[in-house]
Amino acid sequence: MSDAADPPVDDVATKPDEDALGAFASGVETTVDFPLQVEGLHKSFGGITAVDGASFEVEAGSLTGLIGPNGAGKSTTFNLITGVLKPDAGTVTFNGEDITGEEPHEIANRGMVRTFQIARELSDMTVLENMMLAPKHQRGEELWRSVMPGVRDDVREQEEELLERVWEVLDFFDIAHIAEEYAGNLSGGQRKLLEMARALLTDPDMLLLDEPFAGVNPTLEKKLLKHVHELREQGYTFLLVEHDMDLIMNNCEHVIVLHQGKVLTEGTPDDIRSNEEVIEAYLGGNV
Amino acid sequence: MSVRDDLAARMPGGDAGLIVFVLVSAYLLYILAGIGLGYDLRGQLNSIATLTFYIGVFAMLSLALNLHWGYTGLFNIGIVGFMAVGVYVMALVSKPVFVPGGAAQVGGLGLPLWVGILAGMLAAALLGLVVALPALRLRADYLAIVTIAMSEIVRFSFLSGELQQFSVLGNTVGFGGGSGLILDFVPPLQALFQSVGLWGVYLGFVDAFQVIVPTNPKPVVDGIVYGLLLLGFVSAFYWLLKRTGESPFGRVLKAIREDEDVANALGKDTDKFKIKSFMLGCALMGLAGILWLIPQGAVTPNFFRPRVTFFIWIALIIGGAGSNTGSVLGGAVFAAVLYQGPRYFQNLVSAVFPNLGSPAGFGQAIGPLISQLDPVPLLLYTVDSIRQLQLVVMGLVLIWLMHNRPDGLLGHRKETASVISLSRPKTMATDGGSVEGGDDE
Repeated sequence: MSDAADPPVDDVATKPDEDALGAFASGVETTVDFPLQVEGLHKSFGGITAVDGASFEVEAGSLTGLIGPNGAGKSTTFNLITGVLKPDAGTVTFNGEDITGEEPHEIANRGMVRTFQIARELSDMTVLENMMLAPKHQRGEELWRSVMPGVRDDVREQEEELLERVWEVLDFFDIAHIAEEYAGNLSGGQRKLLEMARALLTDPDMLLLDEPFAGVNPTLEKKLLKHVHELREQGYTFLLVEHDMDLIMNNCEHVIVLHQGKVLTEGTPDDIRSNEEVIEAYLGGNV
Repeated sequence: MSVRDDLAARMPGGDAGLIVFVLVSAYLLYILAGIGLGYDLRGQLNSIATLTFYIGVFAMLSLALNLHWGYTGLFNIGIVGFMAVGVYVMALVSKPVFVPGGAAQVGGLGLPLWVGILAGMLAAALLGLVVALPALRLRADYLAIVTIAMSEIVRFSFLSGELQQFSVLGNTVGFGGGSGLILDFVPPLQALFQSVGLWGVYLGFVDAFQVIVPTNPKPVVDGIVYGLLLLGFVSAFYWLLKRTGESPFGRVLKAIREDEDVANALGKDTDKFKIKSFMLGCALMGLAGILWLIPQGAVTPNFFRPRVTFFIWIALIIGGAGSNTGSVLGGAVFAAVLYQGPRYFQNLVSAVFPNLGSPAGFGQAIGPLISQLDPVPLLLYTVDSIRQLQLVVMGLVLIWLMHNRPDGLLGHRKETASVISLSRPKTMATDGGSVEGGDDE
């Protein structure tokens, strides 16, 4: 299908603040290599311990997979990192700064943005409105700027700049032809594309994708993966939550296996594949 | 679905055409009713002024509610509380200083009217903040519970003897308790025209009006001019809220309505946006309350019963939540048909058929239906009590709307939330990216 023709790889998705990231290099050594560090994360709901001291790091520019059987605590870990849930104990560090317990919007503004397991498009808004929402620090988000005559022209100017970027990203993801549609009318796959495109427009350093391939047909899966790989080559860091082992094994260079709220093991796909414990965890051998 | 296919699409001039059509028909109906009731010119002008007044207040209030519910998805059923606070604070600030032996039981601070109006709006906005801070952190429906409780707390506070009279800066002021407050300051129109130095011109105009209304034309002219002033305020509300909605700010509000978690995950501080939107809407509700009650000359707490809140909700639902144009239309239709309509209808029926002989009580009305299957007395009784049945009529209309036009009279209308048109900029080439698209899925 679309694999034949390469989509235009232009400067759309090039990372604007690679330099900023580079600046960290001189300061703190570890932050460059591992923008995301999770240390002893713990969360329980009532009597059930969902995450029980998980610790791991995600390397800059990598495509890291987080896998585990159902109930291993993947989604909870994800929510703890992105601020949707607050951990009972442990720390989350992003780009060298402690972000434990921050609000989701604060974390997103630091450059770590997430997508949702079930694509959550804003159905009564068009694809274009969905996309225009995403960019950070829009002048017109201040009410008075949007309303005041004169000042509104500044807002208009920025809107025009943003609009161009939005269309470029729409082209990049091959969804320009549905730009005027209400997001609620899109197919499941188009929603996934929209969600990734929208996340990208926030100018993140790192994208956290929560089961982006769940319920996606193989053609679209290939397409999404192609986009992920292209973006990774441009310097974005990815953390991918999946329970499809094969998909993770074939695409990630580093895999973290969660089991019963703890990191069971981590390593390259080959390490993981040959790991007895992992096989046991997945097959429920320890029951 | 063809029933729902737009009224507006079949109307020359689209939405604007529909609004003009609705307004013109409403005025025509009222003039015809006036003729039927045997009104003279003065009566006709008064009836038109009253209609304009109610169209104005309901359009303003449903615009403000549209910001809360239509744009941000905030379920505010305490509108009347914000109106009350607006009016009472305005009165406190602008009523003349207390003089013993005067007509008023209590005085005010004696500041100019515009200061009072601003203070009233500010107070309503601050009350909005106080209500929103705890409620917005909870699940959405809690805001509804908190707001309606607040509006009743406000009403009972103004009813209470404790606040009837107190002292501020050595002035005896107060809210008058159950007996209410006299709004004994310079009439608003006079204050307005005096502030721009046109009061003399206005009085000259009133005198010239004697050609049309020979005796005492001032109340008639005042009524009409005040109605026009309200329509001016409606336009201002519309302008403000259209700009608010069609902007990055409005885009975030829309996203909050659709899915707050998504907006949050994209780095928007949704609590802040919700509070701003809520406070702005509350300030506008305060202003609308002030404009509604100023010409009445007095205010009592029991005006601010929750039913007024639900009137405004019905107006918004008629017009269609989410659309500013629809809000204005809904306000107009509600005022003309559901709010004022039953009274005119009843008067008209008794004027045209003076000897209808409606039964005096429900028993006499229902009796013949049961004993002789004669529905006429019940019918007559219903027509005769249509004013008392106003709320029932509103309920029926609401049910019909929910079934047949849940998106309101204008149908599904969504104004794009951006400052500019979002079509592909002309400077950009349509490149290959989209050409081989269409194969998603």
